[in-house]
Amino acid sequence: MNAVGEDNILEIKRLVMTFGGLMALSNLSFQVKRGTIKAVIGPNGAGKTTLFNVITGSFSPTEGSVKFNGSPIEHLKAHKIAGLGISRTFQTVELFGNMTVLENVMLGCHTRIRPSFLISGFRLPQALKQEVRIRENAMKILKFIGLADKFNAPAENLPLGEQKILEIGRALASDPELICLDEPAAGLNETETYVASSLIRAINAKGITILLVEHDMKVIMNISHEIVVLNYGQKIAEGPPEKIQNNPRVIEAYLGSG
Amino acid sequence: MLRIAKLPIALFALFIIVFPWIIRQIPAVDNYADIMIFAGIYSLITIGLSLLMGYAGQISIGHAAFYGIGAYTSAILTAHYGLNPWMCMFIGMTTSGVVAVLVGAPSLKLKGHYLAMATLAFGIIVYIIFNEETSWTGGPDGMSGIPGLNLFGFYFDSVERYYYLVWIVVFAVFIFTVNVIQSGTGRALRAIHASEPAASAMGVDISRFKILVFVYSAVLASLAGSLYAHYLNFINPSTFDLFFSIKLLIMIALGGMHNIWGAIIGAVIITFLNYEWLHYFEEFEVIVYGAILLLVTIFLPKGLVGVPEIIKGWFRE
Repeated sequence: MNAVGEDNILEIKRLVMTFGGLMALSNLSFQVKRGTIKAVIGPNGAGKTTLFNVITGSFSPTEGSVKFNGSPIEHLKAHKIAGLGISRTFQTVELFGNMTVLENVMLGCHTRIRPSFLISGFRLPQALKQEVRIRENAMKILKFIGLADKFNAPAENLPLGEQKILEIGRALASDPELICLDEPAAGLNETETYVASSLIRAINAKGITILLVEHDMKVIMNISHEIVVLNYGQKIAEGPPEKIQNNPRVIEAYLGSG
Repeated sequence: MLRIAKLPIALFALFIIVFPWIIRQIPAVDNYADIMIFAGIYSLITIGLSLLMGYAGQISIGHAAFYGIGAYTSAILTAHYGLNPWMCMFIGMTTSGVVAVLVGAPSLKLKGHYLAMATLAFGIIVYIIFNEETSWTGGPDGMSGIPGLNLFGFYFDSVERYYYLVWIVVFAVFIFTVNVIQSGTGRALRAIHASEPAASAMGVDISRFKILVFVYSAVLASLAGSLYAHYLNFINPSTFDLFFSIKLLIMIALGGMHNIWGAIIGAVIITFLNYEWLHYFEEFEVIVYGAILLLVTIFLPKGLVGVPEIIKGWFRE
């Protein structure tokens, strides 16, 4: 699988995204190496969430290409991209509040079960077997993320820290190759942030590639292998954390040029 | 987990079985079996609509049209062409399903409440067709001569027999729908209702599921229409007007749209109000329906099925 030149799981080339006259992403190119944790940082409005929305298919880019495992995905719909193995979380929690913790994760397995109306309506054995299987799988994930004891609680009753973790669990359930995490530590206290970053590391240790948007620099510097810095939709720097920290253009973007 | 308890379903089945026997003992209410037939027919429509509104979060103001397509397909093909009624029922359901795809697909691919507008217009168009195509439908005078139903020589020719036929169908549809709700399909529908961005990011094909449910609800409405035509042996367009579509929405709002039981409870109560208890109001009947809708939305947003929860809440305090 890891043939020469194919170690990039995601390749973004000359990506442009405009909304009316506003250019949210301009001529953006970068790659994500398979099995790494890559962080996307930048001041507010730099285009980070737009980038995620383009990668995961919520928006089609105005120009440019997104290649996943070598094949273009920029014009596929979100559910198709999910089926290919890209999963995501959201900046503001988008859990299914009306469902239990377990059901949220079970829904994450949706790409693998393709439920049929007739088969479920007549309660055919294959549907029941499938339910049992994904239920077990979902429980396994809940154990992994440490929410197994709350499996039956409505998702909306969890504290924010656990909701964020649950979203990551739900994203894991589709068995993705790449997970896009949109500010997993936003709004979390220090303990919760620690739990979240250990979890991200543990997921990465399973061989899953992670693309991460985050504002918490401590988290970024701790867990990411590579960082790409955006400002006004453009890439202003890219490299390992220690290099980014001392890059004058990055410092300028964040603090202004006095 | 969303589990629909089995005990109430068993009690429901028992109630269906003994209801005709109970009312036979009370002369004052001996026409209630007849009303329950209509309640059953409406329940078929509201079960589908409750799935569409309560679970998929879409509104249809045109289900009277699918109800009418079922009724007129059965009526025309049996009365004019002498085809087998069961086959006509099936043809009606297929027709409604295809029409539902044509009406629903363009609007369900968009976000927002475009389906409500599309179905509103669709309902009015179909109503005009029923009125104007006199050579087929008999126009505003309606058409008669629709045969009754029989199965291998067993004729559903008494109120009680037809009652059992309708409610067995309702019960089967109810169980089928409960199974769907408790499966991966139902989970996907509730996910769409809770958060469309998250559902599609998890691989749920949102428009496919919405169209699927819309088609299912249209097919059920068509089945209900066929059962209606074969019971009354006569139909006219006024049964399938816009107000009936709205009445269906009132049934669901009153019963509670986030719960499949609400569909049946709402249908039964509104049917009894309609045929029995609201006669004193005569033309002011409409005001009563308006008042019901208003009061339910303000005080019982979860409908009558939400009442036990409210009472439990009082005791906890």
